[in-house]
Amino acid sequence: MHDPANASGPADATRATDPADPAGAGDTGDRERAARLFDIRRIIGGLFLLYGVILTVVGLLDGAAAVQKAEGVRINLWTGVAMIVVGAVFLAWERLRPVDAPGAPAEDTTTLDTEETARHA
Amino acid sequence: MPTHLSLAAPDLRLDVNLLDYAVLAIYFITVLGIGFAARRAVRTSLDFFLSGRSLPAWITGLAFLSANLGATEILGMAANGVQYGVATVHYYWIGAVPAMVFLGIVMMPFYYRSKVHSVPDFLRRRFNGQTQLLNAITFAVAQILIAGINLYALALVMGALLGWPLLLSIVVSAAIVLAYVVLGGLSSAIYNEVMQFFVILAGLIPVTVLGLIKVGGFSGLADKVRRSALGDPGLHAWAGTGSGATNPLGAHWIGIVLGLGFVLSFGYWTTNFAEVQRGLSARNTTAARLTPIIAAYPKLVIPAVTVIPGLVALVLFSDLGKPDGPQYNYAIPLLMENLLPNGVLGIAVTGLLASFMAGMAANISGFNTVFTYDIWRSHVKKDKPDEYYLKLGRLATVAGVVLGVGTALIAAGFSNIMNYLQTLFSFFNAPLFATFIIGLFWKRMTAWAGFWGLLTGTVAAFASYIAFKAGLLNFGTELNASFWGAGIAFVVDALVSVVVTLMTAPKPERELRGLVYGLSDASLADDTLAGDRAWYRSPVLLGAGAIILGAALYIPFI
Repeated sequence: MHDPANASGPADATRATDPADPAGAGDTGDRERAARLFDIRRIIGGLFLLYGVILTVVGLLDGAAAVQKAEGVRINLWTGVAMIVVGAVFLAWERLRPVDAPGAPAEDTTTLDTEETARHA
Repeated sequence: MPTHLSLAAPDLRLDVNLLDYAVLAIYFITVLGIGFAARRAVRTSLDFFLSGRSLPAWITGLAFLSANLGATEILGMAANGVQYGVATVHYYWIGAVPAMVFLGIVMMPFYYRSKVHSVPDFLRRRFNGQTQLLNAITFAVAQILIAGINLYALALVMGALLGWPLLLSIVVSAAIVLAYVVLGGLSSAIYNEVMQFFVILAGLIPVTVLGLIKVGGFSGLADKVRRSALGDPGLHAWAGTGSGATNPLGAHWIGIVLGLGFVLSFGYWTTNFAEVQRGLSARNTTAARLTPIIAAYPKLVIPAVTVIPGLVALVLFSDLGKPDGPQYNYAIPLLMENLLPNGVLGIAVTGLLASFMAGMAANISGFNTVFTYDIWRSHVKKDKPDEYYLKLGRLATVAGVVLGVGTALIAAGFSNIMNYLQTLFSFFNAPLFATFIIGLFWKRMTAWAGFWGLLTGTVAAFASYIAFKAGLLNFGTELNASFWGAGIAFVVDALVSVVVTLMTAPKPERELRGLVYGLSDASLADDTLAGDRAWYRSPVLLGAGAIILGAALYIPFI
């Protein structure tokens, strides 16, 4: 069922016809780099950091009207600080455990021996 | 009832400025960026439709949750909060969590380990091609309808809040969804879902906190709800369900437990491919099983940011849901208008729009997979090269979005988006769940029993709903009608399945290996990863925890 004219190479041919390879060991390096760069944790972390900084600045500059609208709470400032914290947590997580990306996780691909895991199935 | 559009409150217009639009623009640039990045990683149809089965459980888990966190949750549940009060939590604690845990513990191993591409594909293996086709077609139609609802809700929000014309909002948001699903397939849909989950929380938490401050905290809220139109019953989940008439839902507890908690909820969460697909994209069996269970924990606490704002809106805006006031669905947008200053307002608008798009993207990515694999490849053109199906998947995405735009206008005819969705679920998922549960646990069940059970069950659901609408059957509220309609469909499906089974010949056991409980497929390689032995990755332990927590959360609201 696989097209021999498909230019994606033998590694991908394995992936397409053998879905029993869940960790994607047939990945090319290019694909892994893309997965690293676009690790969702990095995207969320970056987005929240950016939003957090914007809101914090806005919150510090908010006039009386904005504060009064939000029941006297500097809600932009609070939300901004919280988003900076969340963003930082995601970036730190990505730094500390980079292998957990949706690429080929090194530590996690070790398959256990079968007797040990029969009960999991 | 084509009154929906005319009710779009003309006085509701958010005071958005350049700052809020900047926040919105940053988000959508990021989303499209993910689409382009994911395109580089998509080489095969497996990449496109199932993310190459490579994602860790926390990503698929949050995506699983977010696939359902579209129009249904945010506006629909807040609307239910206004209309029914605290009883809305039934949709979460009994109407979602137990089914999600059941999917993870019992059913996901069958789905994942049999390496099926979709729910209809599983039906083909367990029963026959006809059952697959029947389910694929009803599913595809349902997804297009629901995608239309998501689009319509999105257009309502954009129209009411930002002043965009309905058609322009529909076309622009459909174009964004189209762009990122066509480019990156399921991967970019899932990435956007995970991102959307955090952004919507960043928008809803400030709304909830400020709303609570405004009404004087939890005790102030409770006091004011007692004095509202709902009165004291609005603060209880179970009180008054013994007779069925003295609670805001108008439902008997048997209807809630069996109709919502069992048939509707198990049907939706365990057999709806738009949900199950997230689990199938996980990297191994454990991650697939953990997908719905990880989703169950945030699901337990989401009512805090939907039902509470609904109650706050109930006490603050007394004309909500009245013939000349704004609709129930405007509960959260009204709070945003009244409480959020520019900045956070932009985040909340972004979160809302993103959640609609994520909901729609989930429908579209479910639709394109089922159309490509289960309708086209299985029944129209077999044995084409993989590239052909990848291209077809992208074409099906375009077609799905275009049809969704059309059905967005159908959704306009219903008074409450949530009721409409519930009605659809009872049509398509309740009988499917009956077929699944019998087929999984009874190896004697025959191929044609699968087909006829599903067909008659689906027809029974339609018939009961039409009978209710025509006044032949009296279920009280529309909501109650969906509980009972689902129950009827389930029973009819089960009865027909049993009767047909007894009259036809069963499939040989070797064809059922890995598809039926008790007949495991010994030829399957074990895919457990090193970290999976840890207690915090045990599906049974985590699943039991979620159910116990759900039961405990009910205690203050009995």
